[in-house]
Amino acid sequence: MNAKDWIVPLAILAAAAVLAPLPLVAGSYWMALLVNVLMYAVLATAWALFSGPTHYVSLATAAFFGLGAYTMAFLGEKLPLALVYPVAALIGAVIATIVGLSTLRLSGVYFVIFTFGLAELVRQLVTWAEAKYGGTVGRFVFIDVTQQGIYWMLLGVLVLVLLTGFLIQRSRLGWALKAIGEDETVARHAGIDTTVAKVAVFVISATFMTVVGAIMAPRWTYIDPSIAFNPIISFQVLIMALLGGAARLYGPILGVVPLATLFEILQANFPNSFSILLGLAFLVIVYFVPSGIVGLIDQGRDVLGRAGRRRAHPAE
Amino acid sequence: MFLVDVILSGLILGGIYALIAMGLSLQYGVARIMNLAYGEFTIAASFLAYVMFTVAGVSPILALAVAMPLSFALNWAVYRVLMTPLVRRAKSPGALEVDSILATFGLLFVVQGILLMIFGGSYVSYSYLAVPVQIIGSTVALNRLLAAGLAVAIALALTLFLMRTRIGTAIRAVSVNPAAAPLVGIDTTAYAAFAFGLGGALVAASGVLVSMFFTFNAAMGVVFTMKALIVVIMGGVGNIFGALVAGLILGLAEALTAAFLDGGLTLAVNFALFLGILLIRPTGLFGKAAR
Amino acid sequence: MQPLLELHGVSKAFGGLRAVDGLTASVRRGEVVGLVGPNGSGKTTALNLITGNLTADSGAILFEGRPIERAAAHRITRAGIARTFQLVRVMPSLTLAENVAVGAMFGARACSPAEAQERALPLLARVGLAARADERARSLTYIDQKRLELARALAAEPQLLLLDEWLAGLNPTELKDGIALIAALAADGMTIVMVEHVMDAIRALCTRCVVMNAGTKIAEGSPAEALSDPAVIKAYLGDDDA
Repeated sequence: MNAKDWIVPLAILAAAAVLAPLPLVAGSYWMALLVNVLMYAVLATAWALFSGPTHYVSLATAAFFGLGAYTMAFLGEKLPLALVYPVAALIGAVIATIVGLSTLRLSGVYFVIFTFGLAELVRQLVTWAEAKYGGTVGRFVFIDVTQQGIYWMLLGVLVLVLLTGFLIQRSRLGWALKAIGEDETVARHAGIDTTVAKVAVFVISATFMTVVGAIMAPRWTYIDPSIAFNPIISFQVLIMALLGGAARLYGPILGVVPLATLFEILQANFPNSFSILLGLAFLVIVYFVPSGIVGLIDQGRDVLGRAGRRRAHPAE
Repeated sequence: MFLVDVILSGLILGGIYALIAMGLSLQYGVARIMNLAYGEFTIAASFLAYVMFTVAGVSPILALAVAMPLSFALNWAVYRVLMTPLVRRAKSPGALEVDSILATFGLLFVVQGILLMIFGGSYVSYSYLAVPVQIIGSTVALNRLLAAGLAVAIALALTLFLMRTRIGTAIRAVSVNPAAAPLVGIDTTAYAAFAFGLGGALVAASGVLVSMFFTFNAAMGVVFTMKALIVVIMGGVGNIFGALVAGLILGLAEALTAAFLDGGLTLAVNFALFLGILLIRPTGLFGKAAR
Repeated sequence: MQPLLELHGVSKAFGGLRAVDGLTASVRRGEVVGLVGPNGSGKTTALNLITGNLTADSGAILFEGRPIERAAAHRITRAGIARTFQLVRVMPSLTLAENVAVGAMFGARACSPAEAQERALPLLARVGLAARADERARSLTYIDQKRLELARALAAEPQLLLLDEWLAGLNPTELKDGIALIAALAADGMTIVMVEHVMDAIRALCTRCVVMNAGTKIAEGSPAEALSDPAVIKAYLGDDDA
């Protein structure tokens, strides 16, 4: 890597260094908001690692998030805390490999519906198993992790997911994904092992989602399947990533910050009409910002660039 | 005879599922819109029938006559206003599928939010023809039997309409080849809007029929969307006969699971069946094999 | 000498239709073979079977003596067979240089993204697109997209190049340029199999022709011999007119 290549990783680390001391000054309301923003920032960035370049729209986010949360709920008091996170990551990776390998033949709308169905299947199974063997639907998570601790862990994972994304984009794997998103048949005939590329990044993406679930579980103290596997999580992640723009590494974060804040305000002030407002926000984004904030920035840059060239060559 | 009971109730349920799925199959097969807000329209129609019955004492059969044209108009307008811009801007069929999923997903929350505001989250039901009747040695509630009978009648009427009329033939032409239909003078957009509306009429019919024997609430639309999706995809997209078979399979599987396994597992079995079939046949039971 | 590519009794059916029915043929190193025949005679299906886009129901396909009839498409490309598509396929939102770089990165001589970008430029120059390297592929005309597709196929550094109606739809000037380009590739020693309907091009370029009808080989030989074979004339014109 030459000097220019270090700019992005250094910028990521610098931003993290600026954000790291915030818990020392922020009150509990702001901490709650910050944790929420960070959680969605990791989830949306992880989602876009796979779905951004390949254009395979996954609605399985809630499945992996919930898997992580339940791993923490089951093992949090049995294993040392520092061990639970890697175990959750491993479980997420194994399940994602199985899912990834089994969904390879699906594309387009079939893939979307399959991932949605998968999240629902897991939710129904956990609900059933808890009712049958646990005796109750939900369970308590008494694990001593502070709000600050959760914040710092999420920030650390965010740095990791961004650096991972940066490395993937520059690698052959990143190019393979881009080619798959453009035309999967061409990609295969160009010599790309599309199976390996898709499954590898699907697994990386899902592993991050699972870890986020494990980190977030102690914050609720009580979880049940409708909280942990809430399909709204999948959809919020999707809409945030789309608003920001999934084509760039930093795109999803641009969508997460305004939307997570907006949802928080809406939920606090209009709890009864939250669903309508969420739906309207979704429609506005689909119709008016189809290529995301990143797309708007690119358009703006194109316009400025053309204006600049015109000034430089007035004869044109 | 216990098994007869189970199979009968499975078939009745399956008939209703088939009707629910036929509407979605029309909307997706002809208009190419994967309507995720589909189940919300089912529930909206259920609530309409509920209000008409409890407030004014109007029979659900009459509610059908109100709900079906109303929902036709509403869905037709949804296609014209919300979907047409997406159809125009789509660069490829795949892009339209994804865009329509996202847009109807927003619509899902809007409709669900409106229902929640009006009716709250509590479960409702009403009692209409809840009398037992004997049929081949098994006891069934009359309302269920009537609902299944009407579902079959509507499904048959739809099939005859698609097979025997000029409009039906044009709709099938658009479904088979949207690019070639304009070449023989078919206005694709107009027929797509019509088919989308027709799908809406069917979804309203199924919502009214379901309300006759089912306890429901404003948040349950997703369940019906998923069931319709499962049946449509299992049966092969755009294949009305496939939807019928898949609907019956699903109904039977649910009844058998509830009877012999565990009532809490019916939804899980639904999804497992659906995922399993997709894995073995990625384009559904009767779907065209992808080349 | 061992042929570069051999097909032994290869068959593929779609439902009841036997698209390729017991096809046996071979290609030697350095040849330019024209694969001709009426529409629907199974030519494109044959290419799809060779490149792993479809899997044969029966029969054997050998490349450099090794069986490839069960291999995945990407393995066949890496082994040294590259192709273009009948309906031109480029990666529309990538630049021209990136399109070709993807071909270089994962082909027979796989390399890093940086090296692939370097290898892309001379290939773009070869097909006459060097000046537009940074434009997106979707902005190209049909003929230029075909050129780009050829550059991407060449970037894989294949032993065998399969062209599926690469010359179809070109105007007379473009056709002349296209024939010259393929002739130059052949002069460099590239082995080429071309599915083609443009008979002038076949006469100008091919050392040998394989004529297919109804999924099987009905004639083989030099273009002049093969195209004047009574069976071939009958296949093209139908029984009544022959």
